[in-house]
Amino acid sequence: MHELGIANSILESVREEMQKHAGARLHAIGLRLGEWSGVEPESLRFCFGVLARETCAAGAELKIEMGSLQWRCRSCHNEFIPAEGESRCPDCGASYCRLVSGQQLEIAYLDLEEP
Amino acid sequence: MKRVVMEEKVLRENDRLAAELRARFERDGTFCLNLISSPGSGKTTLLEKTLERLPRASRVAVLTGDIQTDNDARRLARFGFPVRQITTGGACHLDARMVQNALADWPPAAIDLLLIENVGNLVCPASYDLGEHAKIVILSLTEGDDKPLKYPGIFSRSKLLILNKTDLQPYVDFRLEAAIENARRIQPEIEIIEVSCVKGNGLDSWMKWLEECRIKMTAPVASPAGS
Repeated sequence: MHELGIANSILESVREEMQKHAGARLHAIGLRLGEWSGVEPESLRFCFGVLARETCAAGAELKIEMGSLQWRCRSCHNEFIPAEGESRCPDCGASYCRLVSGQQLEIAYLDLEEP
Repeated sequence: MKRVVMEEKVLRENDRLAAELRARFERDGTFCLNLISSPGSGKTTLLEKTLERLPRASRVAVLTGDIQTDNDARRLARFGFPVRQITTGGACHLDARMVQNALADWPPAAIDLLLIENVGNLVCPASYDLGEHAKIVILSLTEGDDKPLKYPGIFSRSKLLILNKTDLQPYVDFRLEAAIENARRIQPEIEIIEVSCVKGNGLDSWMKWLEECRIKMTAPVASPAGS
């Protein structure tokens, strides 16, 4: 639902970065989305495609890498990627765990062709 | 082809404004909470009950977000505390800029507690930091007890879950135990308070939580011994 706003923020950052690369052609934008980022990739692609028309990002591909959840056990400090619907530590069984990754919403890189 | 590494947060502009808000709350000793739920879970009613129970001299203000209408602000203004409506005009969440704009010339006096009622929505508000000390998610018994599993984003970011409308338990299939288990699966450290805003059950626990958290989270950092 808020993918349009997210797409707009991405476009702003990309345009700012592209100003440093005069005459370059943008091919792809690498994004990292956590499983719990709350952003729907297909909706984001659609919104970005519409907003990017007639900008330096027109036609650029969104390469989306989905980041899985990662927890850290507060008891044994083990870091683990949980099985579906599970947040207990697979090593010691403790349920006292903290999410360390999985909510990210980041622009990782741009692929461009410079003149 | 050249790869330019960016490593940048998409919402960095919102995060920057939220950091400014956080610094302001810190400076002024204002405890700020961001209340998030589906439409109709009882955010406004919980705020009514909260304002009703606060001493008249409390330095409290409420910011309430909706897509349209100032109905909530009117409901809340009758308790005598400053209330301001943010009408987003279509946006499904509040962002840090809206809060910053609303706070530019308001509230009229220094406050100890700012309650922000977000737009009714369990998805989008989760992504936008408003500079708050904590997010509170409200889930009512007329919804599904699997909501935490369906909307992990907001449940994983919330400090407190309020299970509202517990008075309706005899009439609905909602399994309280399952909801609690699901919430803890997403956020093992989430605190939980069961309330009925209509009957008043649990409101004392909520008011106690509010006051204790306010004191704990706005306490000045003690200087190291000997310095």
